[in-house]
Parts: sequence; structure tokens; C-alpha cells
Amino acid sequence: MVSPILELKDINKSFGHVHANKNINLQISKGTIHGIIGENGAGKSTLMSIVFGLYQADSGTININGKSVKLKSPRDSIESGIGMVHQHFMLVENFSVLENIILGFEGELVFGKNLEKAKKDLINLCETYKLNIDLDSTISDLSVGFRQRVEILKSLYRGAEILILDEPTGVLTPQEVDELFKILRSLKEEGKTIVLITHKLNEIMDLTSEVSVMRQGEMVGHKKTDSTNKEDLAEMMVGRSVLLRINKSSAKQGEVVFSVKDLVVKDDLDVTRIKNVSFDIHEGEILGLAGVTGNGQTELLEALSGIRKIESGEIKLFNEIISNQNNFLDPRILKEKGLAHVPEDRQRMGLVTDFKAYENLIFGYHHQEPFSKSSILKEKEILSFSKKVMDEYDVRPNSPNLITSNFSGGNQQKIILSRELNENPKVLLVGQPTRGVDIGAIEFIHQRLIDMRNKGAAILLVSVELDEVLSLSDRIVVMFDGNIVGEKINKNVTDRELGLLMAGVA
Amino acid sequence: MENLADIASLLNSTFRISTPLIFAAMAGLFAERSGVIDFGLEGKMLAAAFVAAVGSYYFNSPWLGLVLAIIACVSLSMLHGFASVTHKGDQVVSCVAINILMIGLTTALAAAWFGQAGLTPTLKDNQRFLEITLPFADSLQNVPIIGLIYSDIISGHYIFVYIAYLLVPIVFWIVFKTSFGLRIRAVGENPSAVDTAGINVFSMRYKALMVNGVLIAFAGAHLSTAVNANFFREMSAGRGYLALAALIFGKWHPKTALIACLLFGFTDALQIRLQGVPIPGIGLIPVQFIQATPYILTVVLLAGFVGKAIAPNAIGQPYIKER
Repeated sequence: MVSPILELKDINKSFGHVHANKNINLQISKGTIHGIIGENGAGKSTLMSIVFGLYQADSGTININGKSVKLKSPRDSIESGIGMVHQHFMLVENFSVLENIILGFEGELVFGKNLEKAKKDLINLCETYKLNIDLDSTISDLSVGFRQRVEILKSLYRGAEILILDEPTGVLTPQEVDELFKILRSLKEEGKTIVLITHKLNEIMDLTSEVSVMRQGEMVGHKKTDSTNKEDLAEMMVGRSVLLRINKSSAKQGEVVFSVKDLVVKDDLDVTRIKNVSFDIHEGEILGLAGVTGNGQTELLEALSGIRKIESGEIKLFNEIISNQNNFLDPRILKEKGLAHVPEDRQRMGLVTDFKAYENLIFGYHHQEPFSKSSILKEKEILSFSKKVMDEYDVRPNSPNLITSNFSGGNQQKIILSRELNENPKVLLVGQPTRGVDIGAIEFIHQRLIDMRNKGAAILLVSVELDEVLSLSDRIVVMFDGNIVGEKINKNVTDRELGLLMAGVA
Repeated sequence: MENLADIASLLNSTFRISTPLIFAAMAGLFAERSGVIDFGLEGKMLAAAFVAAVGSYYFNSPWLGLVLAIIACVSLSMLHGFASVTHKGDQVVSCVAINILMIGLTTALAAAWFGQAGLTPTLKDNQRFLEITLPFADSLQNVPIIGLIYSDIISGHYIFVYIAYLLVPIVFWIVFKTSFGLRIRAVGENPSAVDTAGINVFSMRYKALMVNGVLIAFAGAHLSTAVNANFFREMSAGRGYLALAALIFGKWHPKTALIACLLFGFTDALQIRLQGVPIPGIGLIPVQFIQATPYILTVVLLAGFVGKAIAPNAIGQPYIKER
């Protein structure tokens, strides 16, 4: 066997008490696309940051082409032929593409011939890999997909033979994902080695030839992609078997209970973010709202939940106007009328993360019995209630006195859900319910939402995860640039079609 | 003709008065473009003025005074860097500490060494920088227009004035046409991008602060060893803050910052000229009001006319590698 291009031996890394990487061994063969999969917090990004020289391992060795290397800084790694495309792009937004790429590798102190040479080299690279990037455009004018290409081009220009991509598809539309995969395949053709970090099983199956699975800081297995399947991988990731497709009965659609008509909403900077939106939600159905982040979903949820004033149009709950241009009911009244809201940004809007779990579990309902009487909180009742719901929603650890920020993302989300669902709302607005949540908790959260629907609740699910919208919704609407650009019945729609709508081209 | 002479003298003063502002604004530009707030221009200018005056007095050389002032200001910039870059302290607090410390320290040292509260001894002509008469200025004096412009406006300034106006295009060139400038700008916009490009963020910020220290020293030396012949208490008189305002007003760009400095210099020159002169139709304006015009102008410009000044993205944020 050929010696691997990248080999990690017994890598250990701790941050304080957290043992992020435990005795990691990994071999990556030249010219392959190698997937590394694991839940959030499994230690994938830490491991790759060690390879890129951002962190130093506490112990262990790294070999490149059979030779042991010390990677003390990104400079060392870049010089060893490693490039990394980070989840959050490492680009200076008001710089041109060219400036971003040459940063740190300018060649000479004074700009002149070196820029011309860099341009020529970059144009060649763009042609080889069909990247199609205008070197003089400013980053802030580029779409997310193009920014990612700039990152890839940057790594190639710096001489990367091994390209690490950290969750590259999280921010892309399906079409952009296709483009990215094409580029990655052509890189592989040219003999480059690609390491793909992801938590999405589809991507692993589509693209990789080998896959390594991480769980809680450990490497739990290496597989040839051909000889495994999604279910196996999911089980290895979570440590138990997982239901990937939710089982759900068909919807029993009832009356319209929530309706939005000709809605126009502005954001804090006075920019119109919702341009003219109308839709209805019936009892017993989940309406999925798909779209790329930043197309008005945030403002829509805020307007619907009584946090944001609307410019015109009306919002009705059980045929009663709850918001129009003159006035809107505040969230407390809406709660009493049976509308619950699981906000998109759970740490900023859903929770006070410095407070204890039991306090967060009753927010919004704290003034009601049995939690308080004559304005005095009844701690005993609150604690026993908290214990009960935390048990019911499988919040781990089950300790109501723990500060909320110490819970993982998935458990924080469960705290919010248990608070909002406990009152059996008639209408439920949910934003990004599984963002940053592990696959095990995703399954649980999805099941709860389906249960609510089956009990007759009307649910609006706003999510940028297309898989989630597709697996949960009965009907799907797509939002683009403040408008609803399409409505589909979930039975006969593909992610292709939705992707085109999301990109605003259909 | 008298009006023309007036205008010439007004412009001449404008160039002189703007000089310390330009040095300070360019100094601030390097720090702030690299992501480090420099609210401490005032304190450093004061320190430089004091050190330059004292150094020149002891060693009989204004140049040596300038070198010592540079050393002092670079040290203060390093102190600011140590607190706010290495130890990730609050940048504004660190600057305020430098400003307050320098007001007290310069006054106290002057009192201890020279027995005069906040004054240093008057410098002799060989201990200070003198006005330079450019070649042919005297012979061209009486040529119309050219004489006015060359002899009365351009000639006859202290060396710092000429250095300041040469400095601006040099700063522009460094910031926009060299890799050092590219890195400085990048580290103030997105330090993570710089880090992942294999460049040390901290050392970049220290380098920027070093340049900052050198440049601000010129502003102080100009005050105490050129325009004046000694140091006196709080002689920087808010110029550091004014320069910072000019930098913001100029959107962290050398050319527009220069224009802002000139505008402040002009209003200051104008107010000196207007003191005690009755304005037609209004009469005599109280001198305090006239003296306040540059500051009022600052507030008005910053509040309304400049439009949104977009600061470097990472300004004020200590760089912490994320996990």
C-alpha cells in the first residue's frame, strides 16, 4: 500500500476539562475525498484545526507524505501543502478577491509586478478548475457560493495539496452545493486530496470514497463509503440506532386558524424585508417555510409573534386581527390566546443563558399559577415541574439548577420546546428548531413537532435546512427576497425544485 | 492687495496649525486601521512635547530631542499594545490611562526638574527648530501672485510642516500599495483571515503601533521645539482628540483625513484672526465663542454632514482565537 499523504497518530487535545480529541488515529490517501463525520462537538473541527496549525496537539504526531512534521502555525501547515476552507469564511469583506488571495503571500513588499504575476497564476487556476471568479470584484458583492470559491482558490494559490473543508454546504443552496461538488471532483481528478468535514450523511454518500466517524472526541470507525450506508454511519455517530426519516401519517387538515394577508415588514434599518406575503395555516398541518438565510424569515417570525410592528397588511389568529399597521398585540396576550413561539436565535431570544434551567423553563408563564401566586414565585412547584418536563423531554443533565449556558445546544433547544409545548398551543411558530443540534436530538425534536401536529396544532416551520422542511412539512412555501415565490404540496416536490425557488431563479 | 495678504497669512497659519493634527491623524490611522483604537494620541503628543523639549534642552540638539520623543512615544504605544493587544484589555480604558498619566507626569516632572509648575526652560535658538526660508523666497517676494504663493504661503515654515505634507502621500502609498499596508488593513478588518494566512495578528498590531508611536512624536516635537520654545502644561490642548475626529471624519483614509485636518486648521486660524474683530452686522463676538468654533465644527460635521463613517470592522476587539 502507498503511504498516506496525511497521517495522524495518537492525537490528544484538551481545552480545560474538555477532552476534545482522544487518541485520534487517521490516515488519508492521496487523491481521495475523505469524509469526517460526527455530531456537533464530536471534535471534528478541533482535529482539523490542529492539522491546519491553529491549535497544537497536546500529544501525538502528524506525518505528511511519510515525514513527521511540526505544525506550529497556519504558516507551517500552508507550507506543508495544507489548505483549509473554514465554516466561517476567512475573508476581508471590503477587499478585492485578489487582495484576499495574496494576503500573506504577496511576494514583494511593494506592489507592482508581483500583482501581475499573481493575476496570471490565478487566471490559470480558475481556468483549470472552472472557478469563474472575477479577481477584481469586492468580496461583499459576491454571493456565499462565490465567496467559498474564493476560499478554495486562495488555498490552491498557496499551494495546497490537501484541502480541508469544514461544513462547506451549510450556507449553500442545493444548486450551489452541486457546483461545489463539481469543483471538488475536478480537484480530485487533478490529484488533490480533499478532507470533507460534515454532519450531513448525504454528502458523505455522494462524494467520498472513505469516511471516518467521530463521537465525543474519539474516532469510532473508518469505512469505505461503498461498503457502508447512512443508517450505519448515523448509528456510529450517535452510538445508537437513529430514525433518519420521520414516520408520519398524512395530515388531517382542519380550519384555517392563522392567516397572514398582504404583510409588509421593515427591519431596524428601515429596509423593507417582507414585501408582500400572504399565507394560511390550517389546524393539524405543518407549513414549512424554506429559504436561504436572510431573505426575510427573521423579520417574518418577529412580526408573527408580536415582537415587531408591521407596515401594512394584517395577521389573524382564529379570525381575530392580532396585528395591523396601527397596532399589534404583545407576546404575552398572544401566548394566552394559544400562540407559542420558538425563536430562531435561541441564545439571544429564547433563553437567558446566564439563568438557571428552571427559570428558563417557566419564562412567559411565570406569572401564572402554579408557578406563582400573588406575584411571588413558588419555588417548590417550579422545581418539581422542571424535573418533570426535563425528564419528559429528555433534557440532559436533568438538573434544573444548572446554568442554562452549560447545556449543549440540543438540550437548550429542548428546554425551550418543553416550555412552549407544555401549554399545548393551538398555533406554533418554530424558527430553525435544529440549528446546531445533534442528530439524536433532531430526531426527538422532529417527533415532538409531528406529535403536536397530530394533536391538531397549526405549525409554521421556518428552516434553512431543506431536509428538515421536506421531512416534516405537509405544505411548503419558499421565501426569496421578502416574497413568497412558490407553494408546493410536499408529496410531489423535489429538493431540486425548491432549490431553484430558493435561489430566486424559478 | 491688503485682502490678498490677509488670505495669504491665513493660509500660512492654516498649514502651520494643521501640522500636528496631520501627524496625529496619520499615527492614529496606522493604529486604528490595524484594529486598535487610539484614543491616547493626546497623551502621547503631550509626552512627546515634554520629552522633546527636555531632551533638546539637555543635549543642545532638537534632533536628539525628537529621537528621544520617538522613543518615549513608541514605548507608550507598546504599553498600550501590551495592555490591549497581548492582554486583551479594553482599548479605550488603556488609552484614557495613558492620557491621564501623561498630564500628571509631565507636569510633575517639570516641577521636580525645573522648579516651575508644568514649564520647561525656554530653548535657545540652537535648541529648537527654526523657520526655513526656501531658496529664492526672498528674491521672489515681490513678484505678483507667485511671490505671494511661494514666499508668503509655502516658504517660511518649520521643517515639520514640510514633513507632514510629504507624509500623507507616503502613508497612502504604504497603506494601499505595499504588502505591509495590506496586512495592516486586513488585521483591522478580519484578524482571523490574517491568522489563517499564516501571519501573526499580534505582531502585525505591534508593528502598526510602532509606526503610530514614531509619527505622534513628530506632533509633540513640533509643538514644543518648533512653534513654541518650551513645554508648558497641557500644551497639546485637545489636538489629539481633534486629530482622532479628523481621522474618523476622513473615514480612516489618508487623503480625506488630510482634508479634515486642514479644515480644522483653517477654522482655528480663522478664529485667531477673528478675535477682537467686529463682524459686520453682528458686532463683536465673545472670544470664547470664537475659540470654540473648531470644536463646534467637529460636532456638527460628525453629527450630520459626514454620512456614516464605517470604522475598520474589528476595531476595538482584542483578537481571541476561537475554539
